[in-house]
Amino acid sequence: MPEAPLPIVDFSNVAKSFGAVRALAGVDLTVRPGECLGLVGHNGAGKSTLMNVLAGTLSPDSGEMRILGEDIRQRYSVALAHQMGIRCVFQELSLCPNLSVAENTRVVHPTIKGPGWRGRAGALILGKLDEIFPGHGIQPGDHVGDLSIGKRQMVEIARAFTVTAAPLHLVILDEPTSSLDAVTAGQLLQYMRKAIGQGASCILISHVLGEILDYSDRIVVMKDGGVVAERPATGFSRDTLVAAMGTVARAPAAGQAAQAADRREERPLSVRVRPKGRPGGAALEARRGEVIGLAGLAGHGQTATLLQVFRAARGRDPDTEVTGAVALVAGDRQTDGIFPLWSISRNIGVRSLRRMLRGGLIDPAAEAEMAEDWKRKIGIKTPDMNDNILSLSGGNQQKALFARALGSDADIVLMDDPMRGVDVGTKLEVYDLVRAEAARGRTFLWYTTEMDELKNCDHVFVFRNGRIVADLARAELTEEKVLHSSFTEDA
Amino acid sequence: MLAQVLSPRALRAALPAASLVVLLAAIFYIQPRAMSYFGLNLMLQYAVPIALATIAQMFVIAINDLDLSIGPFVGLTASIGATLLASSPVLGVLALIGCVAAYAALGALIHWRNLPSIVVTLGMSFVWLGVAVIILPTPGGTAPGWIKAVMGVKLPYVPFPIVAAAIIALVVHVVLMRSAYGAVLRGAGGNARAIGRAGWSLLKIRMVMYAAAGTFGVLSGLSLIGLTSAADAHIADRYTLYSIAGVILGGGEFVGGRVSPIGAVLGALTLTLTGSFLIFLKISPDWQIGAQGAILIIVLALRALIKRREG
Repeated sequence: MPEAPLPIVDFSNVAKSFGAVRALAGVDLTVRPGECLGLVGHNGAGKSTLMNVLAGTLSPDSGEMRILGEDIRQRYSVALAHQMGIRCVFQELSLCPNLSVAENTRVVHPTIKGPGWRGRAGALILGKLDEIFPGHGIQPGDHVGDLSIGKRQMVEIARAFTVTAAPLHLVILDEPTSSLDAVTAGQLLQYMRKAIGQGASCILISHVLGEILDYSDRIVVMKDGGVVAERPATGFSRDTLVAAMGTVARAPAAGQAAQAADRREERPLSVRVRPKGRPGGAALEARRGEVIGLAGLAGHGQTATLLQVFRAARGRDPDTEVTGAVALVAGDRQTDGIFPLWSISRNIGVRSLRRMLRGGLIDPAAEAEMAEDWKRKIGIKTPDMNDNILSLSGGNQQKALFARALGSDADIVLMDDPMRGVDVGTKLEVYDLVRAEAARGRTFLWYTTEMDELKNCDHVFVFRNGRIVADLARAELTEEKVLHSSFTEDA
Repeated sequence: MLAQVLSPRALRAALPAASLVVLLAAIFYIQPRAMSYFGLNLMLQYAVPIALATIAQMFVIAINDLDLSIGPFVGLTASIGATLLASSPVLGVLALIGCVAAYAALGALIHWRNLPSIVVTLGMSFVWLGVAVIILPTPGGTAPGWIKAVMGVKLPYVPFPIVAAAIIALVVHVVLMRSAYGAVLRGAGGNARAIGRAGWSLLKIRMVMYAAAGTFGVLSGLSLIGLTSAADAHIADRYTLYSIAGVILGGGEFVGGRVSPIGAVLGALTLTLTGSFLIFLKISPDWQIGAQGAILIIVLALRALIKRREG
């Protein structure tokens, strides 16, 4: 029998601490050639830290690291990782917005230089984009800053798969589908399988458990900085996977959302909006205490509509009726959500400053009280709410943004796909919170690309090309109907 | 095609050139005699040193820093040029190389200790000025003959400052905007973490950018004494603000690595010409700085309008 090929990655007992926080408590990890390793776990379970160690951006405190059989622990770096064929698509995008697509490609390929480099870099990335995402509509000369977040993610992913001098052994995909719509996400996952068929390996990190179960060969579950389960993907089901992560599996709260629907007409109106710019299409109506879903493929006018409502609440807009104060939970939390230099409590309190005034100044006691209150209610994992917001993991940052909106005086809460890259446990908690707040009379407008989340809505409006093309009550909502409305034109 | 020409990006790129054309047209309307080889030469005389200082500032702004010491630094290099370089060329050249190295070291210090560039360069501006005063306590000295010869070149048809400005803009454009390493340098202003993760040394990038700024600062000082034939430690104090204004007028942004060498040179030319324009309008020199500020505000307001359309 021939000897088994060397594993690409062979980590044993890798540990890393940040001050008192133990991010990795002795992790073993192996990736073999030609396999897709699914990596799941809560936010803060240590996945991102482990991937940063693997990509060379963090060096571990102790442990053994072998890449392709070579012991590289002492001299590992980003450059060496790249040379050894390890690429990473990080959760926060790592493209330069001021450079073109071709220039961003060149940045990761030091060998593309000399006359004509721009053309070669452009051809390289365009070829890969065509291969992974046919019909992507991206030009190599486009400035990344002008592209939508979904297209940026497509560029980032395609860039990770491009090959020049260094070989390609392993691509780490950290939440790769979080900003992609269903079609492009499918294209990516299929391409990933094809690349694996050609001998490459992938580590797939995703909170969409279906992707993990369907597309990986082996699944590793992490919890509290360690690996708690590792089995072939066929050995897991959705429920056992969730159980392994430590959350109790639970059927979606079907039915309970529907009860309000019949008495709809009696409730006072809180929002009526007709998307601007595109004539035709229906208007969106939300009544008090309703959770309204904005569905459809990513980037078809849902965010624009939310912003239209947001603006109409402060100014006058003949097309938009808004009764009451609004708060927005941003989806792109790095750019639109958090104040990166502020503490967690300030980030939560900023929408409610007027309430916390005493003699024209902010009352620190009131601010601290609000922060502690929401730390409890929404379960933000931190030793101290006065720590910087960036000390939180991604999911906990998002919780803080929810706390900001829910803790404010807003009657209407706009949510711009806020669950991107948030773990299942947090999601379930937030769903409950949304239902509870809706029952107390708040109205939610919720843009989401995930079917599971739409099931929490009383009413769903499907967007296509900036227009509302379908209006589904809770009772008639099915995935087929949403998909059908999203695609009618193309089908 | 038309949509492409009228796109906000294209409009923004055209704004520096458009401001310059409008200003030139206004000058020619008020004073038709300025529309001549001699007139342009006279009005744009100081465009070369200002353009070089603006380019120096642009290198620093491209990586989200700000250089508040470029004016006194130009004054220092001018003082060295008018004394050491003229009396003992070897020593003078070494001193100027030392200046560039000092700039690179500043970049390294700012990166290494993660200091705010504004504070460091503000402090350094007094150091440069102090050294310049030590070298040249009273205005004077003499510029080396070859510098005066270069700056005094008379070209057929097109005045020298215009040709020189075009060459500066093109050379820097090729190096920073078209070269492969230039993309990495600008990328460090757009998303430094991404550049670091791609395996590039951010320390080296910052040192390269500061060394480039120092080099252009030296060139600015030398070209300046080529025009004035003598130096003064305070000769270029205003250049700090001129250079920042020039970069911004030329379409650059304070953060995000969005800069344009061609725009920066056009911005420097515009700033140079506002001086002449205001003289032709018979506005007293007391008001000139204020009037220049007003022009800057108008152009920036136009840009904000375009940006609003973009968003």
